[in-house]
Amino acid sequence: MRLVVVLYLGLLVGLPVGYLFIKAFSHGFHAFWVEVTKPDAIAALKLSAEVALIAVPVNTVVGIGAALMLARRKFFGSRALTLAFDIPVAVSPIIIGVALVLAYSRIGWFGSWLASHGIQILFSPIGIVMATMAVSLPYVLRSVLPVLIEVGKDQEDAARTLGAGAFRTFWQVTLPAIRWGVLYGVTLTIARTLGEFGAVLVVSGNITGKTQTLPIYIFDAWDQNFDTIGSFAGALVLASISIVALIILSTLRARERKLHVDLA
Amino acid sequence: MDTPAKRPSSELGAPPARKGWRRFSSRARSSLGLYGGTSLVVGYLSIIVLIPIAAVAAHGFSFSIHTQGWGAAFWRWHLSTGFATFWNDITQPAAISAIRLSLWLSLSVAAINAVMGVAIAWVLVRDKFPGKWFLEAFIDLPFALPTIVVGVVLLFLYGTASPLKIDLFETWMGLMLALLFVTLPFSVRAVQPVLESLDGESEAAAKSLGAGGIRTFVWVVLPSLWPAVLGGFGLAFARAIGEFGSISLIAGGLGRTTTASNYIYNLTQGFLWTNAAAVSTALLVLSLLILIATNVFARRIQRRLA
Repeated sequence: MRLVVVLYLGLLVGLPVGYLFIKAFSHGFHAFWVEVTKPDAIAALKLSAEVALIAVPVNTVVGIGAALMLARRKFFGSRALTLAFDIPVAVSPIIIGVALVLAYSRIGWFGSWLASHGIQILFSPIGIVMATMAVSLPYVLRSVLPVLIEVGKDQEDAARTLGAGAFRTFWQVTLPAIRWGVLYGVTLTIARTLGEFGAVLVVSGNITGKTQTLPIYIFDAWDQNFDTIGSFAGALVLASISIVALIILSTLRARERKLHVDLA
Repeated sequence: MDTPAKRPSSELGAPPARKGWRRFSSRARSSLGLYGGTSLVVGYLSIIVLIPIAAVAAHGFSFSIHTQGWGAAFWRWHLSTGFATFWNDITQPAAISAIRLSLWLSLSVAAINAVMGVAIAWVLVRDKFPGKWFLEAFIDLPFALPTIVVGVVLLFLYGTASPLKIDLFETWMGLMLALLFVTLPFSVRAVQPVLESLDGESEAAAKSLGAGGIRTFVWVVLPSLWPAVLGGFGLAFARAIGEFGSISLIAGGLGRTTTASNYIYNLTQGFLWTNAAAVSTALLVLSLLILIATNVFARRIQRRLA
């Protein structure tokens, strides 16, 4: 059984990922560096970083807020809210992209109103940020909620009884208790944010140097420009980031048994 | 806000009893906090997820407010024509073959990984060997890796210039390989916690009564695993049927390797947004149905066990 499992994992996952890094080193570091420092690649990397800088903090705040509400209060529609948060993982990223276009672009519901106020969503960084926010929405909530329920309400109640206000209770009692859960969720969100492809591809319009995030640059380099080395170098950058994320995740999981990739 | 310093120390032991206006105002404030917070979260969720998804379904059924305006739209909209266009869009031969391809690929990928997921989870939970932690971290790799990276690497490895001389470019096997890769963590992680929670007593009992390894597994372990396996199956299926990034490159441009999500993307490239909305709606309904069905089955089995 062990042999079968190791073989399956090795062939399915190990071989491609190992090949990526072996091939990268066989080309040499210099060739890799030349590819990554091309202006278009730099622009894509920059846009990806900017999108992450907006999407990750917003989704972290929303995720922690929603987790606090769902863990501490029972209110009408709390189950529906939990389910609604899961929509982005259950739905194809392509559909998320189409959905955003049909709601906010010129042909969509609010397009003409937005256009009259000078806001353009389609083919612009705003659309990319929205698509990224949508697909990376559930991860902080999912990582924080179980920890919050596990920790319980007692310490918060004690702090309140001793006269601490809501904000002080949150900063000094709740947040320290859930910090590893938050970090776990944020790491997942960052990984997802930097890697999002389908939804962004639909809304971005794929304008080289302007609305290309790193995943789209990789796709475009291969599909349109037949620049396989450039595409490969981009893939290597993203793969390295996600492996760092993976190391953080498994370290956190070893630390806190409660944490697990709740993919559901 | 109450400042802590003002409160007499005698109140510290028990929650301060509040009367009259103070009690009312504290209750009002706390529910205001809850509802304010909830409406912020729901508002954000609506803007980036709920309204757009509603827009897809509406456009799929040609429910357009452009020509008719908001108020009139509800009254003048004829279900018959809306449904006719929807039906027409999703019964295009290309659309049907794309949805059919996605469906059978996703079902078989979810099934294969359901079996392998149990085996992998079993090894991770019950087996001990050096380097197991590595295997453990390995499982999440497909989840952490951006899908386009998977696509590029698979195309390098199994494309026309394959170093292994295995050319899976524009074949269903290439698609299947990519889907097996990306759905692996869902199948394993769904089963693993349940397997961890089994104490092994009933297994020991079965073995002491003379049952062999396989018999013990099938009759003792497997029954309690079924709900989790089904859950993992549903998740893997949902992920596979919506997957785009990892298969977009290896699918190439042939009709017979165009999956549903690929087909929708091609429609958007031709600015056929209404068609794209119709096929998206069909795909949404399909994946929702499968998710609900697996959930219902899993719950029913769980009830029978309990």
